[in-house]
Amino acid sequence: MSQVTAPKNNPKNSWGADLFALLKRHDVSFLPFVPDAGHADLIALAQADNDMQPVVLTTEEEGVALASGHWLGGKKSVLLMQSSGVGNTVNMLSMLSNCRFPFVTLVTMRGEFGEFNSWQVPMGRATADVLRAMGLSVHIVTEEDKLVKTIDAALYAAYSSDQQVAVLLSQQLVGRKEW
Amino acid sequence: MLQRREVVSRINQKRGDALMVTGLGSSSYDLHAAGDDDRNFYLWGAMGGAAMTGLGVAMAQPDKHIIVLTGDGEMLMGIGALATIGVQQPKNLSIIVLDNGHYGETGMQASHTQFGVDLPGIASASGLPVAMSVTNEAELDKLIEAITAQQSGKGGAIFASIKVAAASPERSLPVVDGVEIKNRFRRTLGLQPL
Repeated sequence: MSQVTAPKNNPKNSWGADLFALLKRHDVSFLPFVPDAGHADLIALAQADNDMQPVVLTTEEEGVALASGHWLGGKKSVLLMQSSGVGNTVNMLSMLSNCRFPFVTLVTMRGEFGEFNSWQVPMGRATADVLRAMGLSVHIVTEEDKLVKTIDAALYAAYSSDQQVAVLLSQQLVGRKEW
Repeated sequence: MLQRREVVSRINQKRGDALMVTGLGSSSYDLHAAGDDDRNFYLWGAMGGAAMTGLGVAMAQPDKHIIVLTGDGEMLMGIGALATIGVQQPKNLSIIVLDNGHYGETGMQASHTQFGVDLPGIASASGLPVAMSVTNEAELDKLIEAITAQQSGKGGAIFASIKVAAASPERSLPVVDGVEIKNRFRRTLGLQPL
């Protein structure tokens, strides 16, 4: 195998373990994801866990349909994606409001705060509006001490009353991608 | 040439305890025409989402069997799902494409399969252990045997593309209210609304 250099943009997040513990407390069974550095800890923790299964997707709208299927079968999932992926999900999100499926997605932001790559900016700027236009409640977290509390509220709202909630993890929280 | 309503009627008769998910358009009408059932989750939209919805149910209910019934256009829109299913290797999922080579809901425009795109080839290359092309009654019998075998614990995920005539039988419309479709499906699993 060829030697690879560890990516600089993959810091260990201080909140990863707390967030994972929260998802366990809420009995989340599946973590469908299109990978992002900001979600790396959660994905790694789920891979090592017997009761939470990460599911790698080719594109984010797969995760919306998959989460709907999980709930049809009585299980909870949380979709992990990057803000650029929100654009891929738009029509599939119609399933959530039509069927009133409970739904939680954690979106790590790009193109939003101190972005170096201008190609990330248009979708980053549109992310919250797109999600709201499709009927989701959107919570934006910019400070670490609000993160677990906000996601706890999102999971509670979704799985106690069939709500659809997106939690956006600001670049202020996730950190700037360094090159 | 196989006729879609007859094909779906046969599959429905042999479904056993299977839960079914249908892609929007003709596939939903076909299954409804074959017999409405609370275990049917009919999609009316969310094009490209049928296979992944079926995978979700299959993962959440590993002791149940799930049959996804959809069209070639719907499958093509979510073709990446075959790669995702290939990774997951569910032993309780069958994806059946009713391939008429056309986008039937929108004026019968030709789809990719008419130009040689090989859906079972994509499924096989994605790692699904059973990937069949069905063009006649004998091959349909083999598909039904494979589904029955899977239900008795033999064999993994099944993919089949059934070549059907490009006819548009009279629409047979299931209930359109998504919340109702969801709740009645979940009740068959003992799951109540929130």
